[in-house]
Amino acid sequence: MDFATFLIQLLNAVQYGLLLFLIAGGLTLIFGIMGIINLAHGSFYMVGAYLAWSLSMHFGSLWLAIPAGIVLSVILGLLLEWLLIRRLYRLGHLQQVLLTYGLILIVEELRSIVWGDEVHGVPMPELLSASIPLTDTLSYPVYRLWISAVCVVFSLLLYFLIQRTRLGMMIRAGATNREMVQSLGIDIDLLYRFVFALGVALAALAGMIAAPVSSVFPGMGNQVLIVCFVVVVIGGIGSVKGALVGALLIGLVDTFGKVVELKIGDFRLLPELAGMSVYLLMAVVLLWRPAGLFGKRS
Amino acid sequence: MNDNKPYQQGRREFLIGAGALASASLLPSIALAQSAKLRLGLMLPYTGTYAQLGAAIENGLKLSLEQSGGKFGGREVEFFKVDDESEPSKATDNANRLITRDKVDVLVGSVHSGVAMGMLKVAKETGTLMLIPNAGADAATGALCTPNVFRTSFSNWQPVHPLGKVMFDKGHRKAVFITWKYAAGEESLASFKEGFTAAGGTVVKELFVPFPNVEFQALLTEIAAIKPDAVACFFAGGGAVKFVKDYAAAGLKDKIPLYGSGFLTEGVLAAQGEAADGLLTTLHYADSLDNSRNKAFRAAYGKVYKTEPDVYSVQGFDTGLLLAQALEKVKGDIGNQKAVIAAMEGAVIDSPRGQWKMSKAHNPIQDIYLRRVEKGDNKVIGVAWKALEDPARGCKLG
Repeated sequence: MDFATFLIQLLNAVQYGLLLFLIAGGLTLIFGIMGIINLAHGSFYMVGAYLAWSLSMHFGSLWLAIPAGIVLSVILGLLLEWLLIRRLYRLGHLQQVLLTYGLILIVEELRSIVWGDEVHGVPMPELLSASIPLTDTLSYPVYRLWISAVCVVFSLLLYFLIQRTRLGMMIRAGATNREMVQSLGIDIDLLYRFVFALGVALAALAGMIAAPVSSVFPGMGNQVLIVCFVVVVIGGIGSVKGALVGALLIGLVDTFGKVVELKIGDFRLLPELAGMSVYLLMAVVLLWRPAGLFGKRS
Repeated sequence: MNDNKPYQQGRREFLIGAGALASASLLPSIALAQSAKLRLGLMLPYTGTYAQLGAAIENGLKLSLEQSGGKFGGREVEFFKVDDESEPSKATDNANRLITRDKVDVLVGSVHSGVAMGMLKVAKETGTLMLIPNAGADAATGALCTPNVFRTSFSNWQPVHPLGKVMFDKGHRKAVFITWKYAAGEESLASFKEGFTAAGGTVVKELFVPFPNVEFQALLTEIAAIKPDAVACFFAGGGAVKFVKDYAAAGLKDKIPLYGSGFLTEGVLAAQGEAADGLLTTLHYADSLDNSRNKAFRAAYGKVYKTEPDVYSVQGFDTGLLLAQALEKVKGDIGNQKAVIAAMEGAVIDSPRGQWKMSKAHNPIQDIYLRRVEKGDNKVIGVAWKALEDPARGCKLG
């Protein structure tokens, strides 16, 4: 593999990793702060992609579809928290898994009723549809750079929100001691509702920006969900920093696992290895650090 | 004489009565057998990357049922549907449930080759009649062929094999093949390799993506680095949309020509948009096939479902035509399996894809067309292979 190829593969890996982080970050945030295992998280990614499709058809451009989609997904998040999720805070993980699994089925069915079972393409904004040529055949799509940029911007916003604002301080305090924060007169329920909506919006945003390159199709959320769980487990459950490192690691392993040919004698390790490289990485990390890279031992 | 009359009358009455009684006791069972609905078990993907394909097959099948007056061989049809989720691990359970709980007469499915192989195992064990309306797993009508299983679609070997010669004739000597890592992908690769090598070309690299993963960017970079003369691929459904779009977005479309088995563009052209323009593919069907049967089919399908039909709709439709023809021949008596099988083996299907008949291994002998995508249509530009029969390696039928 020459240097230019390596460089582009690195860009591919980082772009994939950052997109995964945008989704997995919300998953681990909801768990870390609210203690909720949300299996339906991938469904919000799918909802985002479908919103991007129908809104960009409606507005004629993705630029208006994205802010509108964020608003709609925040509303969806608030509504779901108020209807269902808040009933789960005092219940065990089993009930959470059951309810959110049920939610996957419901969302999938509603998706089928509202949007149908077809595959859709979302047009890429004109401004971003070019490719940057690097060698005579190698080039990198501008849109993917933009995806990476959006992910970085929102990750930084998330970091400042949690680490540097008064709201973030309350969220962090609420994660550590719910009763104490409540007795200080802070409406913890409202805070939780906000965190859940934030997670939903991040997953939906990821779905929206990925839609032009990933196409929009039934069941797309479940594919992403599994990888995101691997990310969260590798990074350490509940750690946002861990999710970032985990997502980038998965991006690297998945990307290079697909293209680097490993040979032991006559036996080719590819492609058999490519499919499971991500899970192998998880196994190795867990052997070394059972609580994940940034996880706290309980 | 007069004295005898009452007796004779009585005897006649008795005989009539007895006859009536006998036929009365027989009648309901005969009437029941004829009025009982034909139970069709549909095992198709209704979610996931193949959801659209499942829907198209069902639509096609139902259209042929409608066109034969809502009945196959004089029997109304009751459908039992299962979403197989393109998940091979659930195939055996789903098929068993349709056969033992729903008592279906015929098992119809599926799209994913792995799922179809699971169903085939159950069909073989239980002797249930099974029709495959899509899944191309070579073994189904090859080494694992069985009298009670028929395929109305294609074997994976079939549509890809002619592609090698087509590409060589266009001047390509070194090709890369890319596909999902599962049965249909691997069999397509093997068939392509066979055809391309026989023509004189070389497959310089084989690239795989785990099914149903759709993150292709890394492999596209690899293709750009290898710089082959051309790329051949096997993808279908949602994955095909993404692959074609990514291929164009990576700037490869104008530099390295992309070929594929026709599934690459079936049913998903609208979603692929401009990225698909000019793609050359080989398949046993094309939208623009110039025969009256196809035109009538497309008009009827469009009228009922308000969408354009594709190869999957045709395969579903042909599954219905085969059922209609076979059941007509046995007058609806699906229980007489020997006769049903004989009828299916002898069937000539007057299909929108052109006339075809069953091979000894129960797979269609059919023309493979070369098509080019033009303005959102799969235009026929020639016949890549006339009446191609699957080699059916290892099949002992017939």
